[in-house]
Amino acid sequence: MNHETESTNQGRRDFLSAAMGVSTAAIAPGVILHTPEASAAPRTDPVTDVHRWGLLVDTSKCAEGCSACVDACDRENGLNLQAAPLGDDAMKWQNQRATWIRKVKLQDNLSGQITNLPLMCQHCEHPPCVDVCPTGASFKRADGIVMVDSHTCIGCRYCMMACPYKARSFIHEQVDQKLTRAPRGKGCVESCNLCVHRLDAGDLSTACAEACSAEGHRALVFGDLKDPSGPLRQALAKQRTRQIRQDLGLNTGVRYAGI
Amino acid sequence: MKRIVYREWLVQPQRYWGLLAILAAVVAVGGLSALYMEHHGHWVTGMTNSVVWGMPHVFAVFLIIAASGALNVASIGTVFDKKAYKPLGRLSGLLAVALLVGGLLVLVLDLGRPDRLLVAMTTHNFSSIFAWNIFLYTGFAAITIGYLWTMAERKGHRLQKPVGTFAFLWRLALTTGTGSIFGFLVGREAYDTAILGPMFVVMSFAYGLAVYMLVLFYTFDADGRPIGPAMLKRLRSLLGLFVSAILYFTLVYHLTKLYGAKHSDIEAFILINGGFYSAMFWVGWILIGGLLPLGIIYHPELNQRRDWITAACALVIVGGFAAMYVIIIGSQAYPQEMFPGHSVLQFGAPGDVGGRVAPYSPSLPEFLLGIGGVGLALLIPAVGVRVLQFLPESLSDRDIDPHASARPAA
Repeated sequence: MNHETESTNQGRRDFLSAAMGVSTAAIAPGVILHTPEASAAPRTDPVTDVHRWGLLVDTSKCAEGCSACVDACDRENGLNLQAAPLGDDAMKWQNQRATWIRKVKLQDNLSGQITNLPLMCQHCEHPPCVDVCPTGASFKRADGIVMVDSHTCIGCRYCMMACPYKARSFIHEQVDQKLTRAPRGKGCVESCNLCVHRLDAGDLSTACAEACSAEGHRALVFGDLKDPSGPLRQALAKQRTRQIRQDLGLNTGVRYAGI
Repeated sequence: MKRIVYREWLVQPQRYWGLLAILAAVVAVGGLSALYMEHHGHWVTGMTNSVVWGMPHVFAVFLIIAASGALNVASIGTVFDKKAYKPLGRLSGLLAVALLVGGLLVLVLDLGRPDRLLVAMTTHNFSSIFAWNIFLYTGFAAITIGYLWTMAERKGHRLQKPVGTFAFLWRLALTTGTGSIFGFLVGREAYDTAILGPMFVVMSFAYGLAVYMLVLFYTFDADGRPIGPAMLKRLRSLLGLFVSAILYFTLVYHLTKLYGAKHSDIEAFILINGGFYSAMFWVGWILIGGLLPLGIIYHPELNQRRDWITAACALVIVGGFAAMYVIIIGSQAYPQEMFPGHSVLQFGAPGDVGGRVAPYSPSLPEFLLGIGGVGLALLIPAVGVRVLQFLPESLSDRDIDPHASARPAA
């Protein structure tokens, strides 16, 4: 009996040793190769105020009838996946669906001159939406991006009342399809976040600016407002720009030339 | 003054249970509406990204400011030592708590995520007047319940004045805070003015008193308790004063806006060419809620009759809802002016609204949710006055003011 047991145990020991060896051989390279990368992943680092991200809109280059920025934003942030709830009025739905960026066409009352421009969250330095949010779900990152924490938004919509730019949208309907990079849920508020998922992954671009350049218009310049040698500051230095509702003193991160 | 005797509401059981059943049904319908809205999402309401606060806010804000106003009756007795108002104090406190609970429930059930109420209670951003209001509202309910205890319990009598004074100051802060929800918004033309805080305080005086008087008349009539002509005169004169004050504040609010050229468009919208909103302002807010009740209150014959005074109270309440509708919905429907000197020819996709008046038509569920809040605000006092001693046995002049019989009736 004893001999039998010992021989059985010996067999099991051999098997366990071999299994451990194989497992170690399989896992070790992964651990060695992946651990340093994981600890250095950019999105685990806290955001700092070294940068302040912003946009310049040159309205003279914004083409009439072009919706490249809007379409790109819709695709990038899953806004094109929204579907009108069955039974909702089509026109009403356009005012209920989430819109992060919209094309606006203006006419000067005196001269009749036409101006086209994209309008999105202006990423204010002193955002009224952040001031009024009761839970702090509406917040400004250290790098100037104003966005909503979907986990603490209670859907009170006070930020929408406070925003001077009608930049925010409330999710009025059940959401069936969404992208991982742009989570969306019924009953919460959201708005343009300057493609924060790209920035956090080290890609310094926004879908709207990229699409505008691809169309050859180059009306949108994305960049760091704090970098004097960066493309945004260089572009800002070349022409006179202003902020929409400059009278409010919000110091917006989005600047416009030609309005 | 004789010792005031309080008695439970002795209305006939059939009538009482009938009333309770009706109010419970109204509350149930409101609850079902909230469930329906929560289940489907807000697309089933008339609300959009332009008009983000709809009918539920009209009801909720009205109920909340009426709540603080209803407490005024008790404050006049306790804080300002008007003895004739002392017997009215208990019902005043009860109504205040009930109206607040009704209003808050509507507000909470209209949230996009009402299930996250705990987040709102535990995560605060104190630069938000909303966050302050969470404390002002819950504090108001707690203080008023304490105030009721000092009124009802002999041991608490000596605390009545300090607690009452604290409650009075608290309610002033509460209503100023409610008005400031709108007054602090810099991005909308109709708001961004400090006068909305005090204007809401004055409105609360009138709406709260009107609700109080209606409940008082109904409960007293139902089990045959007397209200003397002097008491009636006091209450109606007070209502007249408050309604006049609303008109005064409304005048100052619009004059201030009219003076600045940049506000002329929003003023034209509210006062002249706003269609339904202008009609709500002139017919609802000014005529029904202001001039008609004043006409009754200061009419030498009509103001002697209880039914006419009741009508005046009802008119003030209807006018109050109209005022809330204009302030809350009208101000959102008016386009946000982002580009002075320009006309907005296109704003996003067709149907997306900017640069023009936003359409809004309330849907049935949001209206029923609001009515449900009113139902709850009445159900609570209906139970309260039946099981506890909130109502004085008599408000006849002889019982309240012994000197009244020596004076000719008003």
